[in-house]
Amino acid sequence: MTIETVDVAQPLDSTQPGGPDVETFVTRSYWRQPNIVTGLIGAVIGYAIGHWLGNAIAGSYQQVVGNGENNHALTLGYIFGTIGWLAGLGVFYYPLRKLLGYQPQAVEEADRKVSRYFRYSLDHKVVGVQYLMAMFVYFFVAGLFALVIRSELLSPTRHLLAPDTYLEVVGEHGTMMMMMMTSVILGPFGNYLIPQMIGSRRMAFPRLEALSFWLTPAAFTVLISSFIVGGFPTGWTGYAPLSVQAKEGMDSYLVAFGLMATSMILLGMNLVVTVVNYRAPGMTWTRVPLFVWAMVVTSLLMVLAAPILVVATYMALMDRTVQTALFDVNHGGSSFLWQNLFWFFGHPEVYILALPGFGIMLELLPVFARKPAFGYRTTVAGFFGVGTLSFFVWQHHLFDSGINPDMRPVVMFTTELISIPTGIVYLAAVGTLWRGRLRLTVPALFCLGGLFNFLIGGISGVFLSDVPADGVAHGSFFVMSHFHYTIMGGYMFAFFGGVYYWLPKMIGRRLNDRLGKFHFWAMFIAFNSTFLPLFAIGELGMPRRVFEYAKRLQSLNDWVSISAYVLGLSLLIFVYNLLKSTIIDTRVPLEQNPWESRGLEWMVPYPAPVDNFPSTPIVVSGPYEYGTGAGPMAVFPGGEAEPMKESVVL
Amino acid sequence: MMSTAPAGATASHSSSSSPDRPHLVRLISIWVVLSAILTPVVYFVWGPHMPPGTMTDISRSQQFDNRVLGTVATPVVLFIWTYFGYVLKYFRGGSSTEDGPPIKGHLAFQTGWLVTTTVVVLSLFVFGTYELVSPNGAGTGSGPNPIWVPAGYSATAKDNKILQVQVIGQQWRWTFRYPGYSGVETTQLEIPANTEIQFNVTSLDVIHSFWAQQLGVKADANPGENNVAFVNSNHTGNFDIKCSELCGTLHGAMISTGTVVSPTDFSSWIANQVQVHAADIPLLPPYALSYLPTPDGGYYDPGQDPVPDTSVPSPSTSASPVPSTSVGGTPAAPAPSS
Repeated sequence: MTIETVDVAQPLDSTQPGGPDVETFVTRSYWRQPNIVTGLIGAVIGYAIGHWLGNAIAGSYQQVVGNGENNHALTLGYIFGTIGWLAGLGVFYYPLRKLLGYQPQAVEEADRKVSRYFRYSLDHKVVGVQYLMAMFVYFFVAGLFALVIRSELLSPTRHLLAPDTYLEVVGEHGTMMMMMMTSVILGPFGNYLIPQMIGSRRMAFPRLEALSFWLTPAAFTVLISSFIVGGFPTGWTGYAPLSVQAKEGMDSYLVAFGLMATSMILLGMNLVVTVVNYRAPGMTWTRVPLFVWAMVVTSLLMVLAAPILVVATYMALMDRTVQTALFDVNHGGSSFLWQNLFWFFGHPEVYILALPGFGIMLELLPVFARKPAFGYRTTVAGFFGVGTLSFFVWQHHLFDSGINPDMRPVVMFTTELISIPTGIVYLAAVGTLWRGRLRLTVPALFCLGGLFNFLIGGISGVFLSDVPADGVAHGSFFVMSHFHYTIMGGYMFAFFGGVYYWLPKMIGRRLNDRLGKFHFWAMFIAFNSTFLPLFAIGELGMPRRVFEYAKRLQSLNDWVSISAYVLGLSLLIFVYNLLKSTIIDTRVPLEQNPWESRGLEWMVPYPAPVDNFPSTPIVVSGPYEYGTGAGPMAVFPGGEAEPMKESVVL
Repeated sequence: MMSTAPAGATASHSSSSSPDRPHLVRLISIWVVLSAILTPVVYFVWGPHMPPGTMTDISRSQQFDNRVLGTVATPVVLFIWTYFGYVLKYFRGGSSTEDGPPIKGHLAFQTGWLVTTTVVVLSLFVFGTYELVSPNGAGTGSGPNPIWVPAGYSATAKDNKILQVQVIGQQWRWTFRYPGYSGVETTQLEIPANTEIQFNVTSLDVIHSFWAQQLGVKADANPGENNVAFVNSNHTGNFDIKCSELCGTLHGAMISTGTVVSPTDFSSWIANQVQVHAADIPLLPPYALSYLPTPDGGYYDPGQDPVPDTSVPSPSTSASPVPSTSVGGTPAAPAPSS
């Protein structure tokens, strides 16, 4: 244990506490403190102001005469409503007080057990739980839309929904999943665990952290409100001439995606800065857990890619409101422009939806195989390789579009190149199992299932990267199945693995094992039964997002639909398990480290104090030293410290 | 649990290669046997039935690509599956919390993995490029000025010897124009067999994608842009036409069927079409590679698009009975096409 040689990223006498950095604490009556209700009131007031303003500016202007739509009013309503929502939550209290030269004050949070989860809290553990619960809501709502889609596809002709309603549901499902689920691992686990994993008391920017969360309910509400104003017909990709032509609901898509992109930028920036600057003494770069590395690379992708999306949605909004004609080929615009901008964001995004899953798998598998991670350094290099290459492949979404046709071999090359670093990461995951002492607990099962699914997703991706083979698969159900295998099969399976693994950290109790195994097997079998036939359906000639298809494909489609219902039911098992283990049956004993993990986050006691650690930990060995005889990962030379008061800024 | 005796750990570390070997030999033997059986099955048994069939030179080439990629993928998938099966059978810890051997990596194996994936990826890239270039763009949309072209192609319309078929997408139907035959526009697609076809795909409103699955053709229809794809059908038959880019409400219903007929049948069909539509043809905008809305609500703006010489000679295999000259002097009509 040589403390002299450690990289002291954070000084031992660090004075940054886990709570807010204010000096005066006040007492205030319960209802005078900002909370989710005042936020909602602010949102309604803001929406009314914005809508009035839009009508005042452009009340006499209509894109199509007499259609009763006013894109200006709706867009401004959404934007002002979001500002009102944040103002009602108290987001602007601290910066405005500072700006005006007053000292911000805080209310002590000690007596807030449940209500702090409905407030603008600066505690990263509260934000993590808020994120987790919100992500469950988003995921299950979007999943229900998938079941509606599959119900329509039970028959080769239209029978349940009108064609435009069908497209609305398709668009909502796709957008909600692709947009909200970008943060399904970074939000809950990134915020909750990263400070504990690197030995910090908090995130670098607690206010940005809370803001990044509170933007997500706004984005979700704006997106789903699209149904009220007629939905959007473009699917989650929002291709431009169609989106400019579309009805008012398109504004919801554009504003919501812009808000979520903003949230992603804040979330990513906060995570990167935290990991760079807030590591405990001794937490050298080669001791940083692989989960944290995956978070760092994902965050970099978010910070670099999401601004493009903000720009693109802004441009489309300008086209729809003030008629800039940026995507209108008749007036000097280009219909390729949106495709390029969108996929320049969109392809890094699909790695935003893959790398965190690998982060969880690589974090959990050493614990359950009782072995060090296989090839730690090459894995980190693999993460960075995937992240870097993901910015050079976006034009494979335009293989058939006719843009840059002679560049296609280059894009094919970069796309196939990305399978090299992905292969390294995959090798690390499977190599960790070699000669291990594998314990097939529920989290381990989800990791193995995720690896199995990701293999199929990755192999099908090779067919899509190859231009001639892509000539069949492009825009078909093959593509749809491919990305469901990587995202749902890989990423979401890993997410559920993480939920089973880390919930004992968050709530002190592990979920029921028997139900968990039942959940896994039902979900794993139903998932494969749903999406494997879709490869065939796509290759046999069924394009995506259609409500009519060839009758010869009906039996396959019916099989898929029924499997999808089973998949939905399997998630109900999870919901039941979650409720049972947290609310219904509270006799389950509390456990501090049920998986016997070496991880630093498991040295934080449950319930976690606001400063996480009793004193600044000194990291003395790596996180995966299973079987090497190394001692605990960190020591606490400061001994027991006085816990800080729990508090929150008004 | 997390601290086995350091002495034991060092011992197993220093001799880490010997306990690996029997496992590795067994694993690789199982994998080799499985691959030796299943890889030929994929190529020879499944391969001839893979989509998109063998109707045209393009679909045959795409099927070959699917076969080759499937054949390459088989041993990869089998290796991982065998590995998972092996791990689940032999490396279980049960309820014991004893630590495994502290293997932090294996330089030779990692290098081998890296080299193998790199070689496979580079080979796939070379193969994919060859298979894109040699069948003239492999049926995919190759933009307005393709460089991988069949014999007889020329960038100038006058010298182009290939049968031109224009595919026009609009919400929500496909129409087809034959510039070699008075620029007639039909709602049905018929093409002659054993003849090189050049599809010129464009759109009047939003982005569509022309997908003729059995032909192996897929090209986006972009507003104001031309997108070329080549195909040559081996035999006659029907094929499906679908839109594979989301284009609005009735995207799912934007379906049609096309027919490949013998060159003589094609000649009589197209002559009949020209006759049936004789009254409509003068109302159509002159043939162009793309159509833009005009301020007065029409669909062609002659100021923006060069009008190619419409007296394109018809392909040698199908002699046109109709002199193809009649649209040259037609003024731009404000009426939308068809």
